[in-house]
Amino acid sequence: MNILVCIKRVPDIAGSVTLDDTGTEIDESGLGHTMSSHEECAVELAIQTAAATGGTVAVLTLGPAEAVEQLRAAVAVGANDGILVEAADPSVFAPEDIAQVIGDVIRDRAEAGQTFDLVLTGDDAADTGDFQVGIRLAYDLGYPVLTNIQTIGVTGGGEGAGAGSGGGGERGGGRIEARGIGPAGTEIFSLDLPTVVAVHEGGVDPRYPSITGRMKAKKAPIVEYDAPEPGTGSPRIRLELPEVKASSVTILGEGPEAAPALVDVLEEIGVIRP
Amino acid sequence: MTLVFIETDTSGQVTLTSAEALTFARTQLLPDGGAATSREVSGPPSGSTEAVVIGELSDSAVDALGRLGVGVIHHLEHPDLAEYSAAAWAQAIVDVTPESGTLLASGTPRGMELMAHAAVRTGARMAANVIAADEEGLLRQVHGGTAFERLRLDGDLQVLTIAGHACTPEETTPITPEIIGYDLTVAEADLATRVQRTEVEAADDASGLTSARAVVGAGRGVGSENGFAEVLELVDHLGGALGVSRVVTGLGWRPHAEQVGQTGSRISPDVYIACGISGAIQHMAGIEGAKTLVAINTDEEATMVQRADYAIIGDLHEVVAAVNEEIVRRRG
Ligand SMILES: Cc1cc2nc3c(=O)[nH]c(=O)nc-3n(C[C@H](O)[C@H](O)[C@H](O)COP(=O)(O)OP(=O)(O)OC[C@H]3O[C@@H](n4cnc5c(N)ncnc54)[C@H](O)[C@@H]3O)c2cc1C
Repeated sequence: MNILVCIKRVPDIAGSVTLDDTGTEIDESGLGHTMSSHEECAVELAIQTAAATGGTVAVLTLGPAEAVEQLRAAVAVGANDGILVEAADPSVFAPEDIAQVIGDVIRDRAEAGQTFDLVLTGDDAADTGDFQVGIRLAYDLGYPVLTNIQTIGVTGGGEGAGAGSGGGGERGGGRIEARGIGPAGTEIFSLDLPTVVAVHEGGVDPRYPSITGRMKAKKAPIVEYDAPEPGTGSPRIRLELPEVKASSVTILGEGPEAAPALVDVLEEIGVIRP
Repeated sequence: MTLVFIETDTSGQVTLTSAEALTFARTQLLPDGGAATSREVSGPPSGSTEAVVIGELSDSAVDALGRLGVGVIHHLEHPDLAEYSAAAWAQAIVDVTPESGTLLASGTPRGMELMAHAAVRTGARMAANVIAADEEGLLRQVHGGTAFERLRLDGDLQVLTIAGHACTPEETTPITPEIIGYDLTVAEADLATRVQRTEVEAADDASGLTSARAVVGAGRGVGSENGFAEVLELVDHLGGALGVSRVVTGLGWRPHAEQVGQTGSRISPDVYIACGISGAIQHMAGIEGAKTLVAINTDEEATMVQRADYAIIGDLHEVVAAVNEEIVRRRG
């Protein structure tokens, strides 16, 4: 099964952030960058599924030239090749623009002979949290779509499926079983390929790159496209930062001696089961 | 008009997050009939909020919706909607969505998915994780709650999801909602993504975590997979739930369903006791709704300690064991 994983370069935030001079972006100068965490899991799922079916994994990103680092990071853990859709400032693209651009690239790759049976995205990106790109992409391709998925299994016909699929919406061979998060437990879906699946962190553990993986990543083939002008454009007016609240912590004490003071607090709140 | 998608739990009650979404709809300034009104920011009168419920509609849910200011309930029932299928459910919602105004849901996995489908099907733009709406437009969380984005969605209809705990559910003067039923048709193609079956295991049910009044949080400070005895005993004494940091699920010490934070559950207990958790921004995103925050940490400088209402500095194993003993002692 040939799989495409759409990933995004995002700033790696652990503490508080500051805004840049324009007030529309966070100041990324002191921050490292990473792939969104749902997408790290999507890459892992893709590698496992491709290995089980004798298929391939390609990764795609719409981002600045530097986003090639995230593509290479995916190759280092087992993806085969990358597609960079270069946009100097991806924040001017609305989710509908990004879905449209990716859809066009998928159709273009199909013409070039590279087709995909399964397209994975993260549920949402760590920065914008939009939760739409996978769904909008599926509608653009005419594929069904699942979200909140944590694991994928192949239920037959997966091997080498998809010749002729990938962009036109024809149903190639192959069927997957996907498990995801529902309000009452794990929900199980079963559907024909081609399809789009948006992945939620937690079903698989992303692997670390090996030394040979890193070497391979340096030389991995990356196809490059220029992103077109965004059709819709971002609705952002500006960013704002939350007020930093001054600490008003009451230290109850140090070590086990402080336990009675905490039990007093818990009794006051009324949460100790009688 | 503002239309709110309502989620109900297994016993047919309106969920806490849907009550939040309804309160949001009633108290925030949303475009009405396509043009932002000059209405006061205190919000529209009760009754101009409408609700859409799919599947069973219990009397107590109707009551609750009336108390939350809902004037009209669009009740959608069809054998093909009995099992969840995002595409089919979204189309049913779209069938009763007005051409202008706002369609919204809470930012749960269901709410997010359905609103995104509905946005595509209505040609509308969507904003996720909104926390407020005023004359300037919308305010939503980005970067896991580290920053807020001000934005304006053009178009006659806007589709939103409301960030968990963006507002506290508030009842209003009760009204008796009008209930409207429909003759629906469900397209075969929309059933391709129907749930085949649901497996309910205690381990992957996060609903206990999101509804618990007391949550004991455990982070890397617990030390190992076998280090949870004291915190689990405390969970038991409180009749609460265990919530963990991503490091804990990443190391495979506990299942992902117990993860609290940006990529885990968002919780709003009366008390959250964070044991050996540093307080990374992505973890804090999940506990903003906690009314009282207690930190137990060896590091006095940890963000979690600085942000807490109460803290004990020390080894969590020793402290939590002593807390358990004290609770048992007081019970006599
Ligand atoms: C996109 C993205 C999404 C994320 N989503 C989430 C999420 O949903 N939830 C989440 O939690 N994290 C999330 N993270 C990870 C987050 O950034 C932190 O890495 C994580 O929360 C840290 O977990 P921790 O506090 O358990 O570990 P650490 O940061 O290592 O902190 C351990 C703490 O334990 C204390 N400690 C150590 N030993 C003891 C002891 N014996 N007794 C008492 N205290 C002790 C230490 O002083 C320290 O404060 C996400 C990260 C990214 C990039």
